Amino acid sequence: MSPAEPTRDTALLHIDWTRCDGRGLCAELLAEILDRDEWGYPIARPGVLRDGDDPSDIPVHPSLRAAAEQAVAMCPLAALRLTTR
Amino acid sequence: MTIVETPVAASVTVTRLLAAGPHAGLAAHLAAFGAFDPTRVGPALVRELERSGLTGRGGAGFPAWRKQAATVDAAGRTRRPVLIANGAQGEPASSKDSVLLRNAPQLVLDGVLAAAAAIGAHRVYLYAGADELAAVATAIDERTAAGAAGAKDAARITLVEAADTFVSGEASAVVGAIERGTPLPRDHAKRLSTSGLNGRPTLLHNVETLAQVGLIARFGADWFRSVGTPEDPGTRLVTISGDVPATRVLEVAGGSRLGDVLQQAGCDLGATQAVLVGGYHGAWVGAGEMDARLSREGLAPFGASPGAGILVALSSRRCGLAATAQIVDYLAGQSAGQCGPCMFGLPAMAATWDDIANGAADATRRARLTRLAEAVDGRGACAHPDGTVRLSRSALRVFRADLEQHAHGRCHHARRAEARA
Repeated sequence: MSPAEPTRDTALLHIDWTRCDGRGLCAELLAEILDRDEWGYPIARPGVLRDGDDPSDIPVHPSLRAAAEQAVAMCPLAALRLTTR
Repeated sequence: MTIVETPVAASVTVTRLLAAGPHAGLAAHLAAFGAFDPTRVGPALVRELERSGLTGRGGAGFPAWRKQAATVDAAGRTRRPVLIANGAQGEPASSKDSVLLRNAPQLVLDGVLAAAAAIGAHRVYLYAGADELAAVATAIDERTAAGAAGAKDAARITLVEAADTFVSGEASAVVGAIERGTPLPRDHAKRLSTSGLNGRPTLLHNVETLAQVGLIARFGADWFRSVGTPEDPGTRLVTISGDVPATRVLEVAGGSRLGDVLQQAGCDLGATQAVLVGGYHGAWVGAGEMDARLSREGLAPFGASPGAGILVALSSRRCGLAATAQIVDYLAGQSAGQCGPCMFGLPAMAATWDDIANGAADATRRARLTRLAEAVDGRGACAHPDGTVRLSRSALRVFRADLEQHAHGRCHHARRAEARA
């Protein structure tokens, strides 16, 4: 799929790095937009972030909204939350 | 390290903040600046700050009035805001906040009390090192004894001792230190102005910013703007260290030429190959770029900013790659270890920089640095990883010729070992 077209109400998946331990569940549930870095932490796939975007706030396309909600709910360390821009 | 605090009169220096002289007590303060009751300052201060163009002096350079307006907007009747004066100096290359607090504590108090009155602060905190807090405590006692303006409010300021770590001065770490005694950055989903100390709207300013507020509340925005440039009005305190005769703190006009500031501190520009601008989270600027202005706009083309007013000169006798490796290693050691990309990425960057400094500057290692920078930048609760990436990237730009030399196992800085000593 193409990266999310950012609008003012695009949902953002916020990563709290102080909680994240790189368990990797979010990258499985949101494989379209998330990969894992060399240490296992979630990282936006190429093209997902635009210039000036915060790498801690990953834009979520509306079609992935349900998967993102699941990732937030299932994160074992409660390191994720959905916000808007 | 010797710190020379006496500014000398010359083109770029302007004496405002330190006009009351060394270790100025209340009498010297009033003689230099005149009588003033900071508690009578009202909400109109925010408009005066907007007109003044004052930006934060702690590093981020955010317009002071905007933070203040955001805090007031977020505060309702039931959620009165708090004010935090940040004088922590985790940055090893900065001495200016210490010099300011030890020499002009009354002026800092004026600014703290004026800002607190303007936002209707519920509580006021001042966070700094032990020596600096002692100077502030003395200044508060002196106000009380003299029954001076603002004495009652000054006596209610809570003094909190800062930890001696690099990240302890980061805004959310300051809140953590005051709230729970743990000076660790925290997740920044909400701005401090909305939800800071104990969930209250929190206005956090650097102590130099507040001293400037003390002057603007007294003399007005036009006076403030009468020195400096339209883009960078007023003055700023600068700490110049590294390969200079002695570390110095100078007060300079906004938008001063980088080379002029260095020369003012006794730096031999002819024997200087680069200067680290903005501190360990800053960027190297090369010898050929000394005409750059020490302002946000002037430094932007070099990926640098004035930050907390830090300049570290690097002599031509030293190796910039070795100096960078040393700083990246220090920064890796100062990761709070809370955020994975910082905890793992910074040591990996440090190891790669160490290889490069020691002659293994091959294309693989340079590509590794580029990849690591992407994996670390912006991926933490605070800007520690971002700042380390900024430094690393600027070194790859400014010391490009040295990289070529090191790739061939050579270093044309004869006394390279010295930089690593």
